[in-house]
Amino acid sequence: MQQVKPHPGLEIDGFTLGQQLHKGGFATIWEVTHPLYRTAMVMKVPTILDGDDGPTIVGFEVEQMILPRLTGPHVPRVMGVGDFDVMPYVVTERIPGRSLLHDFASAPLPVSDVIEMAARMAAAVHDIHRQHVIHLDLKPDNFLQRESGEMVLVDYGLSRHDQLPDLLAEEFTIPMGTFPYIAPEQYLRQRGDLRSDLYALGAMIYELATGRKPFGDPEKLSQVRKRLWQDPMPPRGLRPDVPEWLQEIILRALEVDPARRYQSAAQMIFDLTHPQQVRLTERSHRLKPDGFWVVWRRKRVMRRVKSLGTPIATSSQIDRAPILLVAVDLAPEMEALSSRLFQSVKRMLTIQPDARVACVNVIKTARIGIDQTIDEYGNNLHVVRLVALKGWAEGIDLTDDRLTYTILENPDPASAVLDHALAVQADHIMMGARGHSTTRRFLGSVSARVVAEAHCSVTVIRLPERPEDQPSAG
Amino acid sequence: MRLAILTDIHANREAFSAVLADMADRQIDRIVFLGDFVGYGPDPGWCLDKAMDLVAAGAMAVRGNHDRAVGLADGTLNANARKVIDWTVDRLTVPQKMFLSGLPLVIEDGDLLFTHASANSPDDWIYVTNEQKARPSFLVSKARLIVVGHVHRPQLYSCDRSGRVAGHQVPIGHPLPLLGSRRWLAVVGSVGQPRDGSSLAGYAILDKSTNELTFRRVGYDSATTARKVRAAGLPEALAMRLIRGE
Repeated sequence: MQQVKPHPGLEIDGFTLGQQLHKGGFATIWEVTHPLYRTAMVMKVPTILDGDDGPTIVGFEVEQMILPRLTGPHVPRVMGVGDFDVMPYVVTERIPGRSLLHDFASAPLPVSDVIEMAARMAAAVHDIHRQHVIHLDLKPDNFLQRESGEMVLVDYGLSRHDQLPDLLAEEFTIPMGTFPYIAPEQYLRQRGDLRSDLYALGAMIYELATGRKPFGDPEKLSQVRKRLWQDPMPPRGLRPDVPEWLQEIILRALEVDPARRYQSAAQMIFDLTHPQQVRLTERSHRLKPDGFWVVWRRKRVMRRVKSLGTPIATSSQIDRAPILLVAVDLAPEMEALSSRLFQSVKRMLTIQPDARVACVNVIKTARIGIDQTIDEYGNNLHVVRLVALKGWAEGIDLTDDRLTYTILENPDPASAVLDHALAVQADHIMMGARGHSTTRRFLGSVSARVVAEAHCSVTVIRLPERPEDQPSAG
Repeated sequence: MRLAILTDIHANREAFSAVLADMADRQIDRIVFLGDFVGYGPDPGWCLDKAMDLVAAGAMAVRGNHDRAVGLADGTLNANARKVIDWTVDRLTVPQKMFLSGLPLVIEDGDLLFTHASANSPDDWIYVTNEQKARPSFLVSKARLIVVGHVHRPQLYSCDRSGRVAGHQVPIGHPLPLLGSRRWLAVVGSVGQPRDGSSLAGYAILDKSTNELTFRRVGYDSATTARKVRAAGLPEALAMRLIRGE
């Protein structure tokens, strides 16, 4: 068990603790310095009670696991992680600005401020979603602000990373979030939906716009359950100068059924920044909550609901099954890219469930001379590639007649893909693009040529590259 | 330091070579074999020669139940497994048999423990398939990470500071940070006879510097292996399960 308790002047792993900045229910925050870092830093130390304090420990483990994997301006940079045997802690850069709690105290804010702040909050949420993390405890206290304006999301103790084991999955004593902001599916103990974060965003924008929380300040979990059937007072009912389009955004985010909400934070940002393009529905006109009988009928249905797992409805069916040609690069260094391509194909298949998928891989042959067709273990290269291509496609759930595999041999990969696309009458080509390099700048890339010369749509998948991803000196 | 952990090759040359090829570009410093080089599959000689070369070059290896059954009238194997072992024995050379009989049951390497089936009673060939079966391994060993095979299905368990054992989902291909606040038990999937519904060959990479474990799956030409199983006159069920991965 923990050997050391934090106190001013304590030295641990090179960090020296200064004054205590904050004392919360589950952790204390300390100012720290380190001879190697000039950045201002803080240390978060969980308050582990004697004996079995499972919830605090697991929450802190989750944070220790997730936080170091996040990068970019919307998360605090991690400088050190402490050993549980001595003293568990996480040291991060200190974000100078105050939390949004301060701004929420002066809500309702002018509409222009609400929109601007909401868009910055949604941008931070989108950034962590992009990095496979659902926060699941979004509230004003967990948004800090950089001097440059970016919101920084903190406190990942309840978060879920979709590529890591969920240590909280079986912890029933864990708080499931902050009651005024949690989504109904979180009440039902579903932890895998990024749209839960969009619900919380909706609840916070509601509060910024009206000065009130959409469901008040429930203290007991049982009071949270009500939001499965009881709709909130529409913002315009409280504050008539809230524009209809903003009410549309807020109430859409607060839909009980995740399928009826925004499907990504990016969609929400788009609406917040393009008010004139927000499609107004009945939601935007409401001035009071649904009447007694409507709510009563809804309650009869909803109180039996055990989960809100919903498939994405396809509003428009495509009249003919499209053919999707997927060109896969199987080189080991392209693994991240090919797995992203795989995800994109899967996503494409949810939008176009009738699509046929033709997977191709190109063996680049020499223009002159004899090619090696056998690998070092004596396997035929063509067969090896075919097997690898099938391995890549495992998990694309289509019957055999709708999923095909082809290995093309050609000295010019772009021509191979283009010719094959014509041959199979592809409606759409999906492929990855390798990163930028000098060679590619001079010789041109395969994807660039396919895009330029294809007879159909082409989707090029890239791994996102951002300047802030570059390691900075520190 | 990056370790590649391979287990339950089961005389499947195509799967073994596909895994070795997959490892080639992944900066592996050392290989650990968790046993069951032979049994079920049609290429025991080739697989053993390859493994013996790798062990001579520095790989670590422990013995599995099929390896032990070579040259023993062992009643614990099922009928098909026994049939293949009897078929295998006639095809092994003396050095190959000596290699198998000379393998240890357990290897402890710093805070890591490698064995074929379980850390508790490693020669009872216990199948770690749930939290109850994983718990005794944590009780007998102080290792930070116990790595086993034998089940042919990738799994991951952790033991927290209060001694509670929890099973975790196993994402394929993504590095999992093995938090220092817990001890871990990883069941590595089989190279040569996967049984989790996927026919892809399984193995794992442990990065000791970042303390991350990655479960990997690799496509291989299972149709060829199945053909060889049939050509050798081995039970048909063993050919089918390679294709189905069950």
